[in-house]
Amino acid sequence: MTDQEHSNLHPDDPETTGHSWDGIQEFNNPLPRWWLWCLYATIVWALLYTVAYPAWPMISGATPGLLGYSTRAEVAEEIDRYDALNADLRTQLTEVDLAGVTQEDMPDLYNFSIQSGGATFATWCSQCHGRGANGVQASGYPSLLDDDWLWGGTVDDIHQTIAHGIRNEEDPDARWSEMTAFEGILSDEEISQVVNYVLTVSDQEADTTLAAAGETVFLDNCAACHGDNAMGDRYLGAPNLTDRIWLYGGTPEAIEETVRHSRFGVMPPWSGRLSEAEVRATAIYIHSRGGGE
Amino acid sequence: MSSSDAPPKLYAAQEPIFPKKVKGTFRNLKWVIMFVTLGIYYITPWIRWDRGPSLPDQAVLVDMAGRRFFFFWIEIWPHEFYFVAGLLIMAGLGLFLFTSALGRVWCGYTCPQTVWTDLFYTVERWIEGDRNARLRLWKGKWDLRKWRLRITKWIVWLLIAVATGGAWVFYFADAPTLLRDLLTGQAAFVAYATVGVLTATTFLFGGFAREQICIYACPWPRIQAAMMDEHSITVAYRDWRGEDRGKGKDREGLGDCIDCNACVNVCPMGIDIRDGQQMECITCALCIDACDEIMEKTGRERGLIDYLALTDEANEREGNPKVPVMRHILRPRTLIYTALWSLIGVGLVVALFIRSEIGLTVAPVRNPQFVTLSDGSIRNTYDIRIRNMTQGDAVFRIGLTSDEILRVDLEGGQDLMVDVPADETLLQRVYVIARPDDPAATADRTELRFWVEEFGTNERAYQSQSFIGQGTQ
Ligand code: SF4
Ligand code: SF4
Repeated sequence: MTDQEHSNLHPDDPETTGHSWDGIQEFNNPLPRWWLWCLYATIVWALLYTVAYPAWPMISGATPGLLGYSTRAEVAEEIDRYDALNADLRTQLTEVDLAGVTQEDMPDLYNFSIQSGGATFATWCSQCHGRGANGVQASGYPSLLDDDWLWGGTVDDIHQTIAHGIRNEEDPDARWSEMTAFEGILSDEEISQVVNYVLTVSDQEADTTLAAAGETVFLDNCAACHGDNAMGDRYLGAPNLTDRIWLYGGTPEAIEETVRHSRFGVMPPWSGRLSEAEVRATAIYIHSRGGGE
Repeated sequence: MSSSDAPPKLYAAQEPIFPKKVKGTFRNLKWVIMFVTLGIYYITPWIRWDRGPSLPDQAVLVDMAGRRFFFFWIEIWPHEFYFVAGLLIMAGLGLFLFTSALGRVWCGYTCPQTVWTDLFYTVERWIEGDRNARLRLWKGKWDLRKWRLRITKWIVWLLIAVATGGAWVFYFADAPTLLRDLLTGQAAFVAYATVGVLTATTFLFGGFAREQICIYACPWPRIQAAMMDEHSITVAYRDWRGEDRGKGKDREGLGDCIDCNACVNVCPMGIDIRDGQQMECITCALCIDACDEIMEKTGRERGLIDYLALTDEANEREGNPKVPVMRHILRPRTLIYTALWSLIGVGLVVALFIRSEIGLTVAPVRNPQFVTLSDGSIRNTYDIRIRNMTQGDAVFRIGLTSDEILRVDLEGGQDLMVDVPADETLLQRVYVIARPDDPAATADRTELRFWVEEFGTNERAYQSQSFIGQGTQ
């Protein structure tokens, strides 16, 4: 180094490390030694940690660690703990009269049902009925929030539907309705007449002459299930045609499609797959969402 | 410059520091501050406050599980966290203010690290003697006496450390109950862990790491240094008065400094302030006290080491009279900080007095946005939370105002009255329904306002929301 490079140094300045970049020199202010030891300690700690806890990747999975710690096992333990805590509520739920489970009369059981039923719904039911239970209108997945129920909207009705399913051939208790596919039975003209008639009963725009003729076709072919006034029949699962809710859509095209080819929505039975307590909690949850009768 | 070939050392052993006892104005001030701050810290959780049944009787309590913060007559709910945010901003601005006016006063007087280190030094001095005795002891052999003194000192330190770690947890639970649980081994693990960690850090930081924390571990010195300017008051040596320093009776050609090293010996950071401004200096002013005593003895004017601003140097070198400290402190920058600080403070106090004891939050359920009912009515769902922050149970009536005619139903079908127990929140699902021919049913959205009214007091809370109609589709 030349003397010029020294010229900025003060006699009291610490020594330099000897490093120099563009004439800028680095003072050597040594770090405290304990700091170094702390660094070593963290390295040792890190190594011990990887031995004590799951860490090193192996061909199939990671080393389990000497402490046998596993978050998965911890979660399972937690779940078991809560299951045990809720065991009483669950037994109570399977024995109680469902209609009696309300916020006022049985707040604990009610809240448990809303929470656990909500979780079951999110896991198993939301795929078809939607996360918000609004169904997919016009695609045959009914909204569970409104006041229109094909098979009845009391909590017991809902419970039966969940437990046994819809059009489930294995179970004699399953809900079962079947509409005839009228293509070939009715002429094209008759079909168009009855479609217009159905549109008028639900207060929609329609061709009045066709509709007038359609009334006879309806009374002859449809009224057996849907009733003379088209209000449907819950016993048969025949929908009310006079209201504003259409499971498969209320447009002329959608109605014609239904008349010609019929519809055949299916819901799986959940008893057997879910515990009775889960089915009941889910029924209470759905009943509480604003549509319960 | 090192000319030797040996590579320079990158790590150095800690230089022990043996600060000497000192008397004086600033030392006294430090004693008072130590007493007051430690007193507040240790005693506060034990102050009782009667809030009536079902609420804690502790004056200052951070109730994590119940998500409440109790401070004497004030109770802060989670949604009122802006109070805490406001206090944090005030603390920040306060730090700006004090640092720009008085430099690192925080470090020198109130920083917990300084206060506890000072306390630990006091214990050390009390057990092992003052500077010279401690120096001798440090150099001496590990004989019985040294062991005895060291162990006594460590035990006292440990007691202080346990009390410190212990005091902290009492802010988070009912203090008498927790103390009993801690002593009988029934307290929660987290309580023991907290006490353990704080005990260990107090013991290590206050007893052994001391100035090392300030120099190496703490970020504040860097930040504070950046917040100071040439008017900020800091501890400095009037070298234009003191130099050339020198011992001896014949002071011909010498300044006021008699090179007695008193200022160096008392410094808890182990530095010589006569070398000028240094990063290590925490402006504790103990060197001022030490030197003033010397100046008194030698019959010279006090203030060879003093609280000065950088601008004073040039000024005094020119022989101008000293600028009073107040003139440095009162300047636009500090006045603006004070104004901002007070503004927020006043705002918080006002907010505290006008805040309502009841509250309402409305969360619209937007999955689905609305439900069509069989008669064509449109229904929206809202989850409303009613907070009863009073200390008695209350009945609330839920209501709705809107330009359109809308019907309100509560889930569960009861009338529009709900009971909310004291100091609790109630979640209630509410349905709002528009008839099919009502404008709200066909419109895109309709403004409406939910309100709750406390039965008997007519206290109201409200929140505006909107009703979603078919127009959105
Ligand atoms: S130089 Fe003086 S003010 Fe600074 S830390 Fe040391 S004693 Fe305190
Ligand atoms: S205490 Fe005062 S007189 Fe003594 S060395 Fe320090 S500055 Fe000089």
